[in-house]
Amino acid sequence: MSGKVTNGAGEGTGGSAEGWDAAFFARWMRAAADAVDREADRLTELDSAIGDADHGGNMRRGFEAVRSELDEGVPATPGSVLMTAGRKLVSTVGGASGPLYGTLLRRTGKTLGDAEVVTGEELAGALSAGIDAVAQLGGAAAGDKTMLDALRPAADALADSGGKDLRAARTAAEKGAEETTGLQARKGRASYLGERSIGHQDPGAASAALLMAALAEAGGEAEGSA
Amino acid sequence: MADANDGARVGIVLVSHSKQVADAVASMAAALAGVPDAPVTGAGGLPDGGLGTSEEVITEAARRVDAGAGVALLADLGSAVLTVKTLLAEGDELPDPARLLDAPLVEGAIGAVVTAAGGGDLAAVAAAAEEAYTYRKV
Repeated sequence: MSGKVTNGAGEGTGGSAEGWDAAFFARWMRAAADAVDREADRLTELDSAIGDADHGGNMRRGFEAVRSELDEGVPATPGSVLMTAGRKLVSTVGGASGPLYGTLLRRTGKTLGDAEVVTGEELAGALSAGIDAVAQLGGAAAGDKTMLDALRPAADALADSGGKDLRAARTAAEKGAEETTGLQARKGRASYLGERSIGHQDPGAASAALLMAALAEAGGEAEGSA
Repeated sequence: MADANDGARVGIVLVSHSKQVADAVASMAAALAGVPDAPVTGAGGLPDGGLGTSEEVITEAARRVDAGAGVALLADLGSAVLTVKTLLAEGDELPDPARLLDAPLVEGAIGAVVTAAGGGDLAAVAAAAEEAYTYRKV
């Protein structure tokens, strides 16, 4: 693990009472890389049911590239960490999840701006802006059986808690992902299956839940190691 | 129409999940246009030749065909479309101006290449490609 956490102190290298710095966001991205690596087989299995069976491998390749980039040096601000990660995903994933997750992180990062420390409320707002950009790019809405069905409830839960409760965001994302099982796909390759897409969890929603779980994990470390 | 560009032609980039599809459509469009050196190139697949969409392959192709009059991109579906849109919305990797054409890959490529080879500007190239949707086959 990189960096000590200094709760409440100005020169923190992680989370604090006032907010989160670049080290926290780097830890989020590394936790996401770990989770994607651990769950790659499950993502691919979900994708083989209603897609083209490459989601696990694609996400693993993308987030490993993000990890390597961060190993070479963590950008100075939360926004630049997310923009760097997003750019890396667009250039390495090779499937639709590359531009979608890339847009999510880049727009979220761009919305955070140049601040060295961001509050939970700012993160909730920026995440929501990032999700709007994903919805616009993919032309998808809630209930279309996509990553949005995990991301949107997570961002809402985070906003409802004033940006404080990362675990609530995680829980909401996992619930949203599970609930895609009953939905019929209306976007992406799975939509060609029509009603046959019902009964399978959406792989993009599953990976989005991993991303939100990684956020909670990064937050848990920040709280736990003070 | 191309006054400001000193006769430079619009470059066309064909983005497909498959390298073979992209390259074959590019050579077919150039042949049908009767312009062997038409400013069109394929940007298909991953850098290792596998199926997929690569930002790197697309941006390299765009730089290759950019002669200063702008670059028009056509894409097949899914991640090919999303990657181009992401590059246009977020990045500075593509030459300026660059534009994604709302057209089917094969039919749109023919119209775009004929128009670009004849000296049409980016708007004319886009209009020619997008006209492909008005041709009904049944």
